[in-house]
Amino acid sequence: MSALTDPTSTGASPAPAATTGEVVTLVSRKTPVVLGVLTVGLALILLLQPESGDTTLRLARETDIFQLPDLTLPTMPTAWALTVVCALLTGESVRRYLAKKRTPMWLVSIFAVAWMTGFLVWAAVGETLPVVGLLAGSLALAVPLVFGALGGVLGERAGVVNIAIDGQLLFGAFAAAVVSSMTGSPWPGLLAAAVAGALVALVLGLFAISYFVDQIIVGVVLNVLVIGITSFMFSQVLAPNAADLNTSARFKVVPIPVLGDIPLIGPILFRQTPVVYLLYIAVAVVTFALYRTRWGLRVRAVGEHPMAADTVGIKVNRTRYRTILIAGAVAGLGGAFYTLVSVPQFNREMTGGAGYIALAAVIFGKWDPIRATLAALLFGFASNLQGVLSVIGSNVPSQFMLMLPYVVTIFAVAGLVGRSRPPAADGVPYRPQ
Amino acid sequence: MKLELRGITKRFGSLVANDRISLTVEPGEIHALLGENGAGKSTLMNVLYGLYRADEGEILLDDEVQHFSGPGDAMAAGIGMVHQHFMLIPVFTVAENVMLGNESTGFAGTLDLDAARARVKEISERFGFHVDPDALVEDLPVGVQQRVEIIKALSRDAELLVFDEPTAVLTPQETDELMEIMRQLREAGKAIVFITHKLREVRAVADKITVIRLGKVVGEAEPTASNAELAAMMVGRPVELVVHKGPPKLGEEVFVVKDLRVVNATGHVQVDGISFSIRAGEVLAVAGVQGNGQTELTEAILGLQDHVTGSVRLDGKELLGRSVRQVLDAGVGFIPEDRQEDGLVGNMTIAENLMLNRSFHLPFVRRGSLQIDKLRAFAQEKLQQYDVRARDIDTACGNLSGGNQQKVVVARELSRDLRLLVAAQPTRGVDVGSIEFIHKQVVATRDSGVPVLVVSTELDEVVALADRIMVLYRGRVVGIVPGDTPREQLGLMMTGERPKDLEGDVA
Repeated sequence: MSALTDPTSTGASPAPAATTGEVVTLVSRKTPVVLGVLTVGLALILLLQPESGDTTLRLARETDIFQLPDLTLPTMPTAWALTVVCALLTGESVRRYLAKKRTPMWLVSIFAVAWMTGFLVWAAVGETLPVVGLLAGSLALAVPLVFGALGGVLGERAGVVNIAIDGQLLFGAFAAAVVSSMTGSPWPGLLAAAVAGALVALVLGLFAISYFVDQIIVGVVLNVLVIGITSFMFSQVLAPNAADLNTSARFKVVPIPVLGDIPLIGPILFRQTPVVYLLYIAVAVVTFALYRTRWGLRVRAVGEHPMAADTVGIKVNRTRYRTILIAGAVAGLGGAFYTLVSVPQFNREMTGGAGYIALAAVIFGKWDPIRATLAALLFGFASNLQGVLSVIGSNVPSQFMLMLPYVVTIFAVAGLVGRSRPPAADGVPYRPQ
Repeated sequence: MKLELRGITKRFGSLVANDRISLTVEPGEIHALLGENGAGKSTLMNVLYGLYRADEGEILLDDEVQHFSGPGDAMAAGIGMVHQHFMLIPVFTVAENVMLGNESTGFAGTLDLDAARARVKEISERFGFHVDPDALVEDLPVGVQQRVEIIKALSRDAELLVFDEPTAVLTPQETDELMEIMRQLREAGKAIVFITHKLREVRAVADKITVIRLGKVVGEAEPTASNAELAAMMVGRPVELVVHKGPPKLGEEVFVVKDLRVVNATGHVQVDGISFSIRAGEVLAVAGVQGNGQTELTEAILGLQDHVTGSVRLDGKELLGRSVRQVLDAGVGFIPEDRQEDGLVGNMTIAENLMLNRSFHLPFVRRGSLQIDKLRAFAQEKLQQYDVRARDIDTACGNLSGGNQQKVVVARELSRDLRLLVAAQPTRGVDVGSIEFIHKQVVATRDSGVPVLVVSTELDEVVALADRIMVLYRGRVVGIVPGDTPREQLGLMMTGERPKDLEGDVA
């Protein structure tokens, strides 16, 4: 490094302004092509494997106060109608492409809903599709992903790539199981999960921030390390003393009065465990803190241009440490979901790589907490769809359905994100002179 | 506020960047710090600003010794810095940048953006800056970004302002405006340190001049000193300030660019319908402030840009749409504007760097294996010929000084049979001795009958090398004028103003 001639070159130089001031919309073919392929795919499914019968959509649960009636639809006509809707939307997208305009997000969203409904109606022919159960289950499966993604967003906004989300989730799950088993209450377990996540983050920070080790490598190594430690502890300590150490007290569903009784939405959003309510709060708090507070301004500054932050007296590495500790704690809370809500015990590698999916949600969500949450919900939906379809006995092979969440992840991250700009100093250690 | 530096010494390993430097700056005074790139000016100011810790010496403000452990302390003590590379966050607004590190907050740490906006407006109005507090910094022209830096310093009640090479990115007009701002600040009683290597500016605005060479103070001068005197102090020997070149021996129009249009990845039009031609044995210099489409123009010629339309013909053959390798094989030599980014592989040796553009075929590669002996002989020869000061050909390029790195790039590009030379910022960040050498090489290339396209943001360089000058402004050609056009007119054209007596020469 030419420290002598150019001590300030580590920061991003200011981007030159648009030269002529004229902006041309560069439209990519990607969106119309993808929409077209999906539409043709759906039509082919319907042509090659036509089904006769009806599909019933159940819009309420037995326990609901307001019972929405079941919706029974003739399978093929409905599926074909939705295919036509998809085709029309594709046509509109092509028209916009030819007119050199971008396909708007609302069009893609409507397309996604129409396509998904069409596919589900066909896949669940002759069966009853529990819509509420499908969506509520999606939210449940998305909980660790959302916590993990929030942790990822926080870390990366401060300039530290948090690959160790999976380790934080797993360690959180482990700590939650042990502590809640010992105390007999889920709340201390939840606290322990946050502490455990922060502990993993502390190690990440030690290597990535203080010793400038490559952040990706440290993150991956930490994930493997946590798998090793928890598996060892599981087989040596937890399994022989399962009754004392690995029988966690679970959170119960706490319906929120009034809100929980709203048809359709109520049972999905407001008849959940406290962990889910905590999630709502976490998303709101992280978003607010990141964009509206002094702390958030400084975190973003440190992730974009650490040298600039340093020159106005912000302690870059201290800010980064603080942020990733919070990020680790948030991700750790997500881990608690596995052992305090899903099942009442810890199992080896029970996150199943959810941390990596959360990481994908961070990128898909363009490093924004709200968008990352939505992305995580999408991945949760894909996972749950797989489960629901195999339970109702759909005509889609279960192996294919098992692929679904990962296929969605790959497509989301690789193709459909569009241009996204990570924080400029993401993954770059900062060395104070 | 009075600043006094006493015997400041700063070492990086075995390198002494600052060697017992002492300096006094009085309030209401503009004190210029003059020196070449790498003389240690920026290091000194980073010591003052708390970014580096001095190994020896002390800093006094109003006769009190200061101990800065970071920029925060320096700022609190009343030192404001306008950095060479702006310390602004491109995706933040002006108000956010100004308040950063010094935020006023409301309930629960929420940002009080209104207060920040008001502060920006107040300072902006007092000095006539015209800065919109809600504009995103990345959307602002560099001149305005610099004012944001100044506002940032003033909003923290700085009494001593340090300007680190502030004019490098400005048009001549913006430079004049900056000088006016500096005078205004002086009238307001601020002490100002003005770091530069440009003689003209020093003489225009400074009250006192301190010259630094190789980390040492070599003397003080009055603003009345001549350019030649100052240059000699700066370099340590008398310097040729002009390039000797004869009249061009013009040949055919071999390089013709027509209606070139370049759009960048975000859809911004960077080059908008540029047409020009260069004859064999002629230097066409592109003048303009940085960021007016020069980078995209040269990269489009090389085939490094994605959305390009129009035509680029060399010897009648179309270059657009060809791969970079095909363009190079057509005989295009390219000196990129950022040698560390695009010109060299820092970890590779001089010899390896010298063969980078010939890694496909003989003489250096035979059936997939390197011809090490030939390469070594070649590198040895070029080291001599281009006066690269290095221990041997196995030295990693990253360890060379800027001037020597650039000579390696020039040696590589000029040691092929060229049909066209594209030189972007050929002497940026290079010492005066190397500048002389590189300029001679460019002129020699021209005299061998090769068309040369030189891009430079330094008007001195443009005037020194050009047979004709093309001025770019916001991606368009303002005009193509003869090489002896007066600087004032060029300066005006760089702001987009087309002189009236210039007719039909745009094409």
